[in-house]
Amino acid sequence: MATDTPPRWDRRMQQRLARGEAAALGELYDRYASLVHSLAHRVLDDDQAADQVTREVFGYIWENPEAYDPRQGNLRSWVAGVTQRTAVHRLRQAEATAYAETGIGSAEELEAKVHRASVAARADYIVTSMPAPLRKALELAYFQRRDYRQTAADLSISH
Amino acid sequence: MTAANGEGDDLARAPWIPAPRESADDHAELAEPPVLSHTVLKSLLGAWALSACSAAETRAVEDHLTACAPCADEALRLRDAVTLLHEDRDLDLDPLLRSRVLENCLGRRPARIPVPAWATPYDAETARLDALLRDIGESEWHAPVRLKWYEDDRQVRRKATVAGVIGHLLAVDGLVSGALGLTDPLGADVSPELTPTERTEAFWESLDRPPNRSLRGPWRDQSHTLIRTVSFAGREVADLTVTYGDFALPLKDALLERAFECWLHADDIANAVAYPYEPPSGPHLHGMIDLAARLLPAAVAHRRRTGRAAAPRHLVTAGAPGRSLHLEVEGAGGGHWYIALDSPAALGSPDHTVAQVALDGVEFCQLVAGHITPEEAAAGQTGDRQAIQEVLAAAASLSHL
Repeated sequence: MATDTPPRWDRRMQQRLARGEAAALGELYDRYASLVHSLAHRVLDDDQAADQVTREVFGYIWENPEAYDPRQGNLRSWVAGVTQRTAVHRLRQAEATAYAETGIGSAEELEAKVHRASVAARADYIVTSMPAPLRKALELAYFQRRDYRQTAADLSISH
Repeated sequence: MTAANGEGDDLARAPWIPAPRESADDHAELAEPPVLSHTVLKSLLGAWALSACSAAETRAVEDHLTACAPCADEALRLRDAVTLLHEDRDLDLDPLLRSRVLENCLGRRPARIPVPAWATPYDAETARLDALLRDIGESEWHAPVRLKWYEDDRQVRRKATVAGVIGHLLAVDGLVSGALGLTDPLGADVSPELTPTERTEAFWESLDRPPNRSLRGPWRDQSHTLIRTVSFAGREVADLTVTYGDFALPLKDALLERAFECWLHADDIANAVAYPYEPPSGPHLHGMIDLAARLLPAAVAHRRRTGRAAAPRHLVTAGAPGRSLHLEVEGAGGGHWYIALDSPAALGSPDHTVAQVALDGVEFCQLVAGHITPEEAAAGQTGDRQAIQEVLAAAASLSHL
């Protein structure tokens, strides 16, 4: 589900998590696991590492639901932010360990890699956050290689 | 995934910009580029970066880029942005990850309002089906699904679609909603006497249009609401009676039965759209097999009353051990069950075993769902033939739409 939830849903979810309702945790997972996992995968490019980040992100949210401030934005973008930080932290650790063991690489290369991964994950987030019609147009145009007139016709829109 | 094919010609023409992929109908190489204003060309840059321009427009844009520095800069930026797009949808989010993640969370901070253990198979199976539904395309919701079950000792088939099956699950889960005093998807004035089949037919008939993907939301909302409601209800809710028209189950078994149905119909759907789908986890499968095993003595007795099985050989005092069939289920979720043959009130007992049947857990479930026949349940069988035949037929008779 790519769409944002209404602010009321976000606040309600936060309250339910805060009072320790396991059913709310399940619903949170059902809504955001795919987002969390795909962003983590984009940064780390590894299934197991993405699984691990997914576990950490939901663990963090479940333990710290009050860390979300509804005035700062919707729950979805907050979850994406937590994921991004967790995944990048893990990438840094993994690269630092690899550097310590092999001596291959440099601090600049690490920073460049972290930056690339962050930008890529950010782009994914933006695409998944697009309103459904815009996203559909992008998919038709880019992935199915339709030209923009065909795309417009497919979507019954005109300009 | 980034663009990486058919770039030779374009590179020669515009060596300083990563070239776009060819667009779908790019055969009009000879056409003169149309004369377009700077403003129009600038507005085409986005489409150009996505390779979504026609061939003539592509040439017009690229000619313009050699002459207009601001547009060339913008084109470079857009082309960089496009390389970030990729099609990697998250198809393979491991379905078992959910339980691992939730377990980890609850280990770090125990729930103050937990989901009752007897509701977790329903929670897990509805989540797995929902993940499958998220991944299927619009048209696949109309893929044909052939539903099979047993009625009067013969297999019944009915054609449906993926969306129709979700409507069926929504309608029958509604029995549980009704029992809990929640909104019934069939409306407030629906008769509480309807069987699952009748509820399903009534729901399908109430739709204005053939069922489609819009049923996913109501189905999922209802399952979430059920899980939440039983979490908040007191312990005694587990024994609340849920009436299925011609039979009834306590709520804790009704949700297990709904989990079982959810899995088998998810499997029907997965087959219809050619997706892989695994059986439930071992402990959940065990609970489903155990429920069927507990229902078997009454199903055998029911077949006797309706003349489909021979009269009991022995009269057994209620609560005393009686002739039993040893059901040995192999694989994940398996175990040993002793099915009382002569009366539902008798106790199954290893000491009174007259026959033994061994089969795989998933196969046993397929039999209980009416997906395979008692004859097809290729079981290892020893002992009293008639007892075996009666129990396998009774297992198939547990199935319904």
